[in-house]
Amino acid sequence: MKRMVKFLVNGQQTAVYVDTARTLLDVLREDLLLTGTKRGCDSGECGACTVLLNGQAVHSCLVLGYELDGQDVLTIEGLSKDPKELHPLQKAFIEKGAIQCGFCTPGLIMTAKALLDRNPNPTEEELRYGISGNLCRCTGYSKIMDAILTAGEEIRRNKQ
Amino acid sequence: MVMRSLREFDYAEPTSLEEAFSILGRNEGARILAGGTDLILGMREKKIAPQLVVNIKKVPGLDRMRIDENDGLRIGALVTITAIEISEFVRTAFPILADATHSLGSFQIRNRATIGGNLCNASPAADTAPPLIALGAVAKIAGPKGERLVKLEDFFIGPGKTVVSKDEILVEIDVPNQPRESYGAYLKHGPRNAMDIATVNAAAMLNLRGQTCVDAKIVLGSVAPVPLRARKAEAEIRGKAIDDPALRRVAEGACEECAPISDLRGSADYRKAMVKVLVRRLLRNALHSKLVRPGV
Repeated sequence: MKRMVKFLVNGQQTAVYVDTARTLLDVLREDLLLTGTKRGCDSGECGACTVLLNGQAVHSCLVLGYELDGQDVLTIEGLSKDPKELHPLQKAFIEKGAIQCGFCTPGLIMTAKALLDRNPNPTEEELRYGISGNLCRCTGYSKIMDAILTAGEEIRRNKQ
Repeated sequence: MVMRSLREFDYAEPTSLEEAFSILGRNEGARILAGGTDLILGMREKKIAPQLVVNIKKVPGLDRMRIDENDGLRIGALVTITAIEISEFVRTAFPILADATHSLGSFQIRNRATIGGNLCNASPAADTAPPLIALGAVAKIAGPKGERLVKLEDFFIGPGKTVVSKDEILVEIDVPNQPRESYGAYLKHGPRNAMDIATVNAAAMLNLRGQTCVDAKIVLGSVAPVPLRARKAEAEIRGKAIDDPALRRVAEGACEECAPISDLRGSADYRKAMVKVLVRRLLRNALHSKLVRPGV
């Protein structure tokens, strides 16, 4: 049975007809054509589909489209508020070479965003644990860590 | 990549407990949706195919955690694992529960998964079950005939099975304040430190008077059809000093009591061997971990 859900995506009010078998990931990629969010394992293991739901990092493959009414979703496409400017995390991932094939990158950046929102100055250990649900098959974890720590510094500087 | 799309199902979104009981009572193949991290995964893997999914997140009040300084902690069934993990009160009053929630799944899973879901999914490996049982937690179950309280150690019947009947809902978990001189520890053993299901997990709460252990609760996960209270092991130290020979006996006792299966995470023999090691380590850790904020 199809039902209309109205929710915020990257700050924009959106209305989509969904049926019960559709997940947030399906809705983002196939209905809204926001393909920055990746479909990896589709079972909550790999973290590639991570988006922020009401500010919390979640697997979009494990959220039903039906549950979206009135919710607030942030994807990689909406991370930077200024379309001409990258978010500090995006910049740091590029500068530090933290992207190889790029498939895990949107999920990792959204996870990192949520981690830094909760704890703006994490230790390396806290960060390692925080991203342990995001798999990178190119095994570029050192550079990913480097990028997140660098972005964290910049975000703290910008806030001062 | 194999695309495993979900099969269509009916969906209900009750806004009160009464409405939820009546929907659940009328529909044989209904499943409750809380955080969805187990349910949606199970549906995708076709392990379960519910006719009807009942989302209880619109029922008010189930996502609240209330601290009662005299009584302990009341955790609504829909409180997320993250909320428990980052609670300052839980960290100081029930550190073994903080440790267990911190070890569950990933950052993303903890943000979505709920305490009620983790318990009602009734995995023998559920991370939150051993510490909650060791702390003497009680499950509050509501249904059309009212509420009933069940000790969490009597809550599980088998893998995926609990005492909650089809028209009932687990609404709250009550964790009592611990006595003075309480010590506790939680351990999770598996191939990865993070993001994995335990091969063996274990929690212990000890109450000491001087060198003597006046009470002990030792609970093991992933080594029996349900989270297991290791009573033989507990009896080995209750009323005694916890010295090295006692630690050996308690580890032997726990090893005898458990009845693990072999699966991809470890053979039964391996699990038994690990119980012996882990229980000793668990108690040693516990003896160094006095609760900083026990109740009265």
